[in-house]
Amino acid sequence: MAEASPGVTSPLLRVQGVTLQYKTTDYVVTATHRVDFDVYPSDRYVLLGPSGCGKSTLLKAIGGYLTPSEGSISLKGRPVRAPGPDRMMVFQEFDQLLPWKTVQENVTFALTASGKLGAAEARDRAGYYIEKVGLQKFAGNYPHMLSGGMKQRVAIARGMAMEPDVLLMDEPYAALDALTRRRMQEELLTLWDDTRFTVLFVTHSIEEAIRIGTRILLLSPHPGQVKAELNSIPPEALGTAAQAELETRINDMLFTH
Amino acid sequence: MTTMLNASPTAARPEIIREPTRAGTGAIQTPISAWESVYRIGFLRKGFILLVLALIWEVYGRWLDNPLLFPAFSETAGALVANILNGVIPERAAISLRTLAIGYTIGVSLAALLTIVAIGSRIGTDLLETLTAMFNPLPAIALLPLALIWFGLGTGSVVFVLVHSVLWATALNTHAGFRSVSNTLRMVGMNYGLRNFGLVWHILVPAAFPSILTGLKVGWAFAWRTLIAAELVFGVSSGSGGLGWFIFENRNQLETANVFAGLFFVILIGLFVENVIFATVEKRTIRRWGMQH
Repeated sequence: MAEASPGVTSPLLRVQGVTLQYKTTDYVVTATHRVDFDVYPSDRYVLLGPSGCGKSTLLKAIGGYLTPSEGSISLKGRPVRAPGPDRMMVFQEFDQLLPWKTVQENVTFALTASGKLGAAEARDRAGYYIEKVGLQKFAGNYPHMLSGGMKQRVAIARGMAMEPDVLLMDEPYAALDALTRRRMQEELLTLWDDTRFTVLFVTHSIEEAIRIGTRILLLSPHPGQVKAELNSIPPEALGTAAQAELETRINDMLFTH
Repeated sequence: MTTMLNASPTAARPEIIREPTRAGTGAIQTPISAWESVYRIGFLRKGFILLVLALIWEVYGRWLDNPLLFPAFSETAGALVANILNGVIPERAAISLRTLAIGYTIGVSLAALLTIVAIGSRIGTDLLETLTAMFNPLPAIALLPLALIWFGLGTGSVVFVLVHSVLWATALNTHAGFRSVSNTLRMVGMNYGLRNFGLVWHILVPAAFPSILTGLKVGWAFAWRTLIAAELVFGVSSGSGGLGWFIFENRNQLETANVFAGLFFVILIGLFVENVIFATVEKRTIRRWGMQH
């Protein structure tokens, strides 16, 4: 939508031939094998696959927490080596907020600790994004007073306030109840409509992938390999036959082997 | 197939749709009873326990009627007030607390240094684990003979055993706290670009604060205990003795009520530090952050 023909611009994030391995006490486990994909600015790029396809591991590697044993990951042409504020992570766990800081301080601290902004500007920007996720009433509360959905909203506000090159979301709604999850998905799309940030979203739910994504990367398990890269349907087509058709198509690709 | 599944063995039942009303549900929030709100105040509950204990003490002391062996609560309280008013106990307590402050500060600083080394590398962890395994079970008093040889009689030796008693308990708890910090929080800190000392100071220390506080409390209890015991042993020639020496002196003079008053004051200081200082720190930090309930 934002980029009519992505081929014209250069990719924001390039993942080329990435093999990821991790060690347990007895084995070296290969999580993904030679995965390639490109993410373009303003993409809502979804990594979809069953558990064991290495999608979370892949996201952690893009976050800079893991080093690929083969291949390369580059953001804006620079290789990714370590975690940094240009790639903000939103985790699945509710304990990702610092419990000793209020909602406001959690967002502000991210901005000041990373050296992005001074104290006063950080406070203003934090206030702006907290309002965007509808939590201005709770700005002075500590995380333990918030519900799971609200905590995830704060984490998203924190991620967006940093205005990173790409927002990495690792199954952020997986631990939420179904009703809250649906509302959060819609909120994310509204936020995206406002600022058109680039987001890389990991999920194991086909429905969520179609709802959130503009482009969907299917991964097969053990080890994770690219099975397909598909275009999702526009939000207007949700609930129509197109959605059901795409769901069936993805389902067949993932589970009929 | 779906009709088959939906077919109910009984006759079709009507659907029920209702509009919930606010009327008749009563007040949603009602205040708790007066008795319960009094019972909720911690220091009132604890004060009640103390009152009962004092009463038992008084009754037993009077029944025994032997002030040389076991003075009653009222006699002890009298001796305590007298010694506070004539300035002896405050002076002795000040000496004890000054020594304690020196030993405690050195011990906690060394513990901080050791844990930072320990989280920095594998070999540092091994060092901390080995040292704590070796020295933590060693009673501080057992080091007194050695301390006497090294530092002679006086404050130096007391500080040495104090450091020993504080260091290991604090280091062990702090290190355990650092290790139990969730991986997600660590990753969040790294995401902000925090590394090494920044990560320790901004993420690990606050996240491990409940354990650190426990370490500080255990360290304090060990230190206070060790201090009084050490003063009993060699407050003798350090000229100006602390509370331990006060107790020892009065035992020699068979002033049992004064011995009790000294012990009582030791307990009072212990209660004050635990229930006022540490409790306040807890309320302002980990309780407020929802890390402890």
